[in-house]
Amino acid sequence: MEIFDLVVGALTTLFTPEHFAFLMLGVILGLMIGVFPGLGGIAGLSLLLPFIYGMDEVSALATLIGLVAVIPTSATFTSVLMGIPGSSSSQATVLDGFALAKQGQASRALGAAFSSSLLGGLFGAIILTFFVQIARPVILIFGSAELFMLAIFGLSMVGSLSGNSVFKGIVACAFGILVGSIGSAPATGEFRMIFGIEYLYDGIPLVVIALSIFAFPEISELFRKESAIAQGAKLGKDGWLSGVKDMIKNKWLALRCAGIGTIVGAIPGMGGSVVDWIAYGHVVQTSKDKSKFGKGDIRGVIAPESANNAKEGGALMPTLLFGIPGSGSMAVFLGGMVLIGIEAGPSMVTSDIDLTYTIIWSLAIANVLGAGLSLLLAGPISKLTEIKFSLLAPFMIMVISFAAFQATKDMADLWMLMLFGVVGIFMKRFGWSRPAFLIGFVLATQAESYLNMSVQFYGWQMFLRPGVLIILALTLLSVYFSRKGTVDENAELMAAETKANINMLPQLLFAVAVVIFVGIAVFDAWQQSFLGGVFPMVIGITAIPFGLYLLYIFLSRQTSSPSVFDAEQAVAEGTFKATWYEPLLWIGGLYLLSMLIGFVPAIIIFFVSFFTLKAKTGWLQTALLTAAGVILLLMFSSFLNLELPQGVFFN
Amino acid sequence: MIKSTYLQIITLSVLFLAAYVLFSAFHKKDSIADSKGVINTDTQIDNNYFAGKTIEWIIPFKEGGGGDTWARFNAPFLSKYLPGNPTVVVTNIPGGGSIKGANLFAERVKPDGLMILGTSGSTQMPFLLDDPRVRYNYADYKPVMAYPNGGVVYVSPDLGINSAAEIKNIKNTPLIYASQGPTSLDLVPNISFELLGLDVKTVFGFRGRGAGRLAFERGEVKIDYQTSSAYLKNVTPLVASGEAIPLWSWGMLDANGQLIRDTSFPDLPHFGEVFEMMHDKKGEGIEFDSWFATMAAGFGGMKLVLVPKQTPNQIVALYEQAFTAMKQDPHYKAKKKKAIGLYTQEVGTKAYKIFDIATNIASVEKEWCKQFLRDKYNLNI
Repeated sequence: MEIFDLVVGALTTLFTPEHFAFLMLGVILGLMIGVFPGLGGIAGLSLLLPFIYGMDEVSALATLIGLVAVIPTSATFTSVLMGIPGSSSSQATVLDGFALAKQGQASRALGAAFSSSLLGGLFGAIILTFFVQIARPVILIFGSAELFMLAIFGLSMVGSLSGNSVFKGIVACAFGILVGSIGSAPATGEFRMIFGIEYLYDGIPLVVIALSIFAFPEISELFRKESAIAQGAKLGKDGWLSGVKDMIKNKWLALRCAGIGTIVGAIPGMGGSVVDWIAYGHVVQTSKDKSKFGKGDIRGVIAPESANNAKEGGALMPTLLFGIPGSGSMAVFLGGMVLIGIEAGPSMVTSDIDLTYTIIWSLAIANVLGAGLSLLLAGPISKLTEIKFSLLAPFMIMVISFAAFQATKDMADLWMLMLFGVVGIFMKRFGWSRPAFLIGFVLATQAESYLNMSVQFYGWQMFLRPGVLIILALTLLSVYFSRKGTVDENAELMAAETKANINMLPQLLFAVAVVIFVGIAVFDAWQQSFLGGVFPMVIGITAIPFGLYLLYIFLSRQTSSPSVFDAEQAVAEGTFKATWYEPLLWIGGLYLLSMLIGFVPAIIIFFVSFFTLKAKTGWLQTALLTAAGVILLLMFSSFLNLELPQGVFFN
Repeated sequence: MIKSTYLQIITLSVLFLAAYVLFSAFHKKDSIADSKGVINTDTQIDNNYFAGKTIEWIIPFKEGGGGDTWARFNAPFLSKYLPGNPTVVVTNIPGGGSIKGANLFAERVKPDGLMILGTSGSTQMPFLLDDPRVRYNYADYKPVMAYPNGGVVYVSPDLGINSAAEIKNIKNTPLIYASQGPTSLDLVPNISFELLGLDVKTVFGFRGRGAGRLAFERGEVKIDYQTSSAYLKNVTPLVASGEAIPLWSWGMLDANGQLIRDTSFPDLPHFGEVFEMMHDKKGEGIEFDSWFATMAAGFGGMKLVLVPKQTPNQIVALYEQAFTAMKQDPHYKAKKKKAIGLYTQEVGTKAYKIFDIATNIASVEKEWCKQFLRDKYNLNI
């Protein structure tokens, strides 16, 4: 009864016109910022702070929460429409969301995504309303041993996402883990695989990897096809309604994933970047018909989207109760709280419990507002997918470059984007599971540092802890289910492929390159101290036999093996109108020019040249499109005070 | 056809570039220093100097962390109390434990007061230890403000001691300390445990002191420290409920640079006193001096606001007046303690004194610290 009163109290405070207006302000700002991939709460905080001063506590909090809550919501736009993961928690949405967009069902995917966000956010708040009372002790149960086991559980999702070739899946995942282990070793601080490059000391940022592995290959493919994103029959303007209906049909799935999101979000140290993959793995494992996943199954959109909004609610728990941010945007939220003058800590469940409930329910209401507004926009915005791609491409290239550069504000962000973009292109072309790579990358540091900690804290007795055993059982279950079928985005192409005359060389070369990289990682680990090198060494040595076996398959031309696949040779003649490296020349040229004369002048020349040569637009259209792009870029960067790459000769 | 395509590209590019050059010339921040950093002495520095200008405050840390919050708390007051009310923007450039942002500052700054750097103990530490990645030099800068900080070491009641007076009882108790990394600010606690002769094993890889505190609350570690404000917020409730026993504070520096008890924790002995309790002799010699140097860099002068040395004194004076004036602001008074902590943001001679102690280390002490890192963690710097 007491809880009920507190909730009613919180809602009454929130629905006073003033507070509600501030919440709305936060929501609108959050939606605008969230649309730009890679920005998230970072830009939001600097934007909001001037307003926050002088506001009363509740209004300031409402604004802040409105902003934080809806960033994963509007990040969905680019994930679905362009295949660009809008935030770290909407990576999995890209798999089926963008596939649907390519089939002309963007509005349906968006409808399902936003209604799932709405439901997930609301359900998350309901769980939290009760959970907050017992959250402190529950969170404390998760020691380093349990966190290590959770990272392993996350890795077990690879099983369901690794594609038809188990070998490639395993090597892809190990490849991701090893790329994730570049930088300082968690256990000793030694630097691994930095090759003397200062940029690599901190490791490669997740934003850059996610953009390069998912967005870059898609952009390059569309570039070469020279068509609009949407290819199939378009859905009418009420397409988003059918998406909402899809969500209602799968409401139990959405609720389950919201639960998963809340719990994973509440565990400090797990981080939000894996929650969408766990939800995605969950839906794959529990579905009877798995054939459509990765090729446009609406459930593949509903699961991650209901989880990622609920996650922010869960992440509130460690933030409020322990002062430890549960996610990237929560770090910003915590900073904002401090400036408002609210102290996170144990008092949030005792003397300040009313404030906690206000925060939880502000989050819920913000989710409803954010998802509602986004639903209204879903129909019109999904028209973007019908635009001729050559008109859209420069904008997308600008957006991913801008987003990647915000990761560390270093020109190397862009070169890494391109380098791993090429890796992504080949992984896609040769049917290596990109989700497996990304999950490995995301969980590498967590798995390693928690393993190191728990071995030092508990010794091998860590495996006797009840929490560890429970998560271990869940992991085994997940592995068991993953053996019943796996997502393979290329299954159809693979069936169409005539393998008898396939030229094995390209995929052989790529596999050799990956194996060499694994070898370098092992060699590098060999030179570190035991604690600094043991993790990448074990991963590398485990992966090498699988890699070598792959090479053997290619060399002995076992064309019946599911490991053999080359999309380039499987697609119909004439699908691609440009060579595979032409997009790289354009983008590489843009970056080279940026280094010389700065990003803005470079993008001007890039836009003008691209539209004139590729889109073959006339004077007026080229001028207008270029002006639109440059003004958009300048407005965004000056409004949010963001940096752009500066050139050597001209700033 | 081909000709007209290229004509279109060239004409439009030139037109747009020209427009952009005009636009940026129009928006150019007028600086009293030219691109080579030479000060144009003709420019009058008066109360209108900052009017209509933008000050960029480089923070080499992530959004939302301690360093970021500190700067963002100060920024609006700085804007309000600098004559001419310039816009003050906080630019976060995280990376390499703050080395990256400080390097970038060193590369870009001009002595015009329009770009300032906010450093922290973790910016000082790699500089003092000659980290090869460091390309900034404190000798090239001067402080416009210095903000000291402190920290408190506490243990679990399981150890069976009630205060630092019983420190000898835990001399042989094996303990684990949850640390961020050997060359982070944790160098201070790690050296402290070594000097006391405590049997502490350090486990690295924790992300921030908050994660270490969580490990303490979970019972995974029995000894921990938090900086003053984090201690007050999150550990005092544990002390009240008997789940944590405070032992000592790092102490603070008095006007002469001597180690005294932290005024925020007058009841707790400072580290020097605990050293005496343990060894029955005063802390002195190279080991203790090395500890003192790292403590002064990490805590005594934890937060510094820096400008290049050549910056005209009039500009520095404007900053000092602003940092002094803001202390009377009712909003500052009301929020300061919760937002950034209890200590005083110092300017002028006091700031210079703190700056000197925090950014200088004798070469023997430096060698001692490096040797410590080599022997203890197998780390070569």
